[in-house]
Amino acid sequence: MIADGVEDEEKWLAAGIAGLQQNAFYMHRALDSNNLRDALKYSAQMLSELRTSRLSPHKYYELYMRAFDELRKLEMFFKEETRRGCSIIDLYELVQHAGNILPRLYLLCTVGCVYIKTKEAPAKDVLKDLVEMCRGIQHPVRGLFLRSYLAQVSRDKLPDIGSEYEGDADSVVDAVEFVLQNFTEMNKLCYTACQSFILLADPELRLAVGLSGLQGPAREKEKREKERSELRDLVGKNLHVLGQIEGVDLDMYKDTVLPRVLEQVVNCKDELAQYYLMDCIIQVFPDEYHLQTLDVLLGAFPQLQPTVDIKTVLSRLMERLSNYAASSADVLPEFLQVEAFSKLNNAIGKVIEAQPDMPTLGVITLYSSLLTFTLHVHPERLDYADQVLGACVKKLSGKGKLQDNKATKQIVALLSAPLEKYNDIVTALKLSNYPRMMEYLDSETNKVMATVIIQSIMKNKTRISTADRVEALFELIKGLIKDLDGSPDDEVDEDDFKEEQNSVARLIQMLYNDDPEEMFKIICTVRKHILAGGPKRLPFTVPPLVYSSLKLVRQLQSQEENPFGEEESTTPKKIFQLLNQTVETLSNVPAPELALQLYLQCAEAANDCDLEPVAYEFFTQAYILYEEEISDSRAQVTAIHLIIGTLQRMHVFGVENRDTLTHKATGYSAKLLKKPDQCRAVYACSHLFWVDDQDNIKDGERVLLCLKRALRIANAAQQMSNAARGSTGSVTLFVEILNKYLYFYEKGNPQINVAAIQSLIELITTEMQSETSTPDPAADAFFASTLRYIEFQKQKGGAVGEKYEPIKV
Amino acid sequence: MEEAVPLKKENGKTVMVALFQSQENIVGEVVIEPIHGKKVEHNGIKIELLGQIELYFDRGNFYDFTSLVRELDVPGELYERKTYPFEFSTVEMPYESYNGVNVRLRYILKVTISRNYVSNIVEYQDFVVRNYTPPPSINNSIKVVDKLIRKDIFPLKLNYTSMEVGIEDCLHIEFEYSKSKYHLKDVIVGKIYFLLVRIKLKNMELEIRRRESTGSGPNTYVETETLAKFELMDGAPVRDGPGISLTRATSNAFAGESIPIRLFLSPYELTPTYRNINNKFSVKYYLNLVLVDEEDRRYFKQQEITVYRLLESS
Repeated sequence: MIADGVEDEEKWLAAGIAGLQQNAFYMHRALDSNNLRDALKYSAQMLSELRTSRLSPHKYYELYMRAFDELRKLEMFFKEETRRGCSIIDLYELVQHAGNILPRLYLLCTVGCVYIKTKEAPAKDVLKDLVEMCRGIQHPVRGLFLRSYLAQVSRDKLPDIGSEYEGDADSVVDAVEFVLQNFTEMNKLCYTACQSFILLADPELRLAVGLSGLQGPAREKEKREKERSELRDLVGKNLHVLGQIEGVDLDMYKDTVLPRVLEQVVNCKDELAQYYLMDCIIQVFPDEYHLQTLDVLLGAFPQLQPTVDIKTVLSRLMERLSNYAASSADVLPEFLQVEAFSKLNNAIGKVIEAQPDMPTLGVITLYSSLLTFTLHVHPERLDYADQVLGACVKKLSGKGKLQDNKATKQIVALLSAPLEKYNDIVTALKLSNYPRMMEYLDSETNKVMATVIIQSIMKNKTRISTADRVEALFELIKGLIKDLDGSPDDEVDEDDFKEEQNSVARLIQMLYNDDPEEMFKIICTVRKHILAGGPKRLPFTVPPLVYSSLKLVRQLQSQEENPFGEEESTTPKKIFQLLNQTVETLSNVPAPELALQLYLQCAEAANDCDLEPVAYEFFTQAYILYEEEISDSRAQVTAIHLIIGTLQRMHVFGVENRDTLTHKATGYSAKLLKKPDQCRAVYACSHLFWVDDQDNIKDGERVLLCLKRALRIANAAQQMSNAARGSTGSVTLFVEILNKYLYFYEKGNPQINVAAIQSLIELITTEMQSETSTPDPAADAFFASTLRYIEFQKQKGGAVGEKYEPIKV
Repeated sequence: MEEAVPLKKENGKTVMVALFQSQENIVGEVVIEPIHGKKVEHNGIKIELLGQIELYFDRGNFYDFTSLVRELDVPGELYERKTYPFEFSTVEMPYESYNGVNVRLRYILKVTISRNYVSNIVEYQDFVVRNYTPPPSINNSIKVVDKLIRKDIFPLKLNYTSMEVGIEDCLHIEFEYSKSKYHLKDVIVGKIYFLLVRIKLKNMELEIRRRESTGSGPNTYVETETLAKFELMDGAPVRDGPGISLTRATSNAFAGESIPIRLFLSPYELTPTYRNINNKFSVKYYLNLVLVDEEDRRYFKQQEITVYRLLESS
């Protein structure tokens, strides 16, 4: 049925166009033969096609545009007629003889334009007459198009300032009056059109809509909405014309234009139209005017229909004003002068009150825009920003956590705004309502927000340098720091979690103060917060804290020369105590490898501070971990190498302590599960007895012991391999040991002699040639390059060359 | 002859004839020329000026309200072309020439050559009289207020009579014309105010109607013609929902819709208003405001206007 309706409409449109073209043809003929009487007759007949009620506005527009083009030709003809001596006044009367009103008024508008151009009468009088006469068309669609025609043809003929049609004093008033009146009338017509829209459609459609209730099929509804918006565009054009009238100064805008326009908007009572027109006003007129008439403009908002999308309109207004403020510093005093902020704030309050059904999203959007506004306009007034947040918090209070996805997104935007503006979380931390606002986010969003905050800090390299601020900051990002009550852990994506915790870790690095006292406080604060994070987070958060603390230790160390050094309460010792306790928490996780690593780091730092007992304690802790917690063989390998590496560099230990620790380490090495691992750990231990820059640790004999033991293990490894797999496996281990031999030989270890090296080389060569050996290109290459090294050293000559000379390759 | 105007003859043809007004001297010549070589005997030649009213229901009878005679020649013979000048001085011609539906008022000059034994030779010449009036000193506007329209406007269709009461609450308008007396080239200017509209009006027209009444008493014939149909409004200022009253007094921007009226009279063939011409006929003019609703029911209100021929001062 509806399809029929659409088809019929097409048919009617086609018929209308045909009729229009036919009469246009006769009209052209009359124009060509300068026959005024016929020209009027056929143009009136042509325009009669516009009297149809059967077309929807969309189709009517098509017809209208064709008539519009034809009327331009007629206008040219009228112009020529007046040049030929025909009185324009007579012409103006003549067209009014047409019996049908619609053609009559189109012709009148057309002639009226020529009339203005001849300047035989003041433009304002002609315009006034035209706009008044157009009242005769009360049919909404026909009236809208007629008036739109009037607006269109008259827009370059307004008696504006500087226009050639400018009359005597105050003629701008007339121009404005004309446009306003046309606007008013169109607004009324549009209202009627929108109200009776169903009736405007063809009868079939009317029936269809009637059958299916008021909602109608969705497609039809959509179509109607679209046509309504097209009609509103016609109305809105008037506002654009108004905006373009040069002569509208602030006073006139304030006293005449705005009140009249707003009156219309308020009266039209159609939610979509109100939205559209308010938006038009905001977009069309200069920012400066808006600023100066803020009271009036804002006063209209609570009067609009409760369903109007005010938040978008108001947001746009604030956005425009924000941009205006940003455009030049000169305009800022104006903002202060008109108290823009408090006015907007009040207006928002009123709008929210007037629209109790406004969703939370709307409320937040409004406050978000206001916040953006105040950040742009009054960046120095933090209290304003805080006030906005406070108001928003108040509105949200009692609603609990937000469930609405969009609303939470908006809160994130709201909370991000100050960060972006100030590029500095420190400022945001001063906003007392900031954390209260975050309360309303669900834990997921809370995390997002926390991430945003951290990113802001990272991006701007903001230094958070006092413990108080750190405290506040951690309060803000607590979504990341600890499990908030009721947060469903299992839903958290592993990767996301890591990402979040990594960002927290990065953040901890950013907390820094040159003053050790304060820095220590910061560390304590951070520690307090991260310890609440639970076992899942500690592996991420403890290391940065430890490194941060170690950094402080080094700083203190370098400052030790300063006279106050001793009196300071923050001593490395104290920090180490704290560190000890901190690392200890990892045992609950458990994360023994990490803890071990950190203990060793601490031990090294203690070593640098010459705190032997502390260093020893850390080592002890590390050893305990190794013994009790680290059972995975691979982890053990890594751990033992770490231990050996660290221990090798320790110089603080006395002989006894060192012996104990070295002995233990060697013991652990020999007890590794896999032979190759054992072998490597053992030859690594050789370094524990030979430290280059420390003369007291150069025990060649024990080095040799270690290496020999390593050789034995390597040998055993080969045999095991032979027994188990039937091949001797690689010679890599031997080559590695050979390298160790060469190292110590070069370093002058007296226990390492040419014979030992020589026999090792031979051993390797034999092994490689043995039938049971597995070819291993990597090992071959390694060996070859080792031999090349020997050759190279020989060729160097001098002491080194001499030393290598005896070795035969 | 000063001016010629078109006059529609009985046979439908239009001829140009002389135009006079009352109190004018009608001066001219009658030229008589016998057919070559023949002589015409006569008992005298005269010229008459006649003002006649002819009623069509009484065809053939003429009521002469004016009759003047001038003797042009004493009885004798005519041999050749002869010219007789004549003059009727300050002739009283109170009525205008009029060619209506049921009545005709005409002025003629009638030349009669009287003859013995054979029929007289008679020749007629029409002329037109138009009388001008100065602008009226009193020319009040016509204002029709709501009470009248409520009482007087009713649907033409009989079966809607019962809706009269309903209409009272549905349609409430007020209209005014700036004047009650118009000259022939005048413009009717006015306004219609819609105070309450609850019926769906389609359009509104202004008609100019001519009412010609002839005869008197039981033999009165009335003929009404619509000379002009002029659309004033397309659609109507309907507000949705019942009970929205549009009062002109309120400051509500949507209230008090007014529709302008501007109707040029010049394109229409009007005559002045004639009242009781020689007790034979009257011609009156009315403005008829017609409102048509979507079901094509018509509501109307008729007002008489006076039309006059303006004495142009130039």
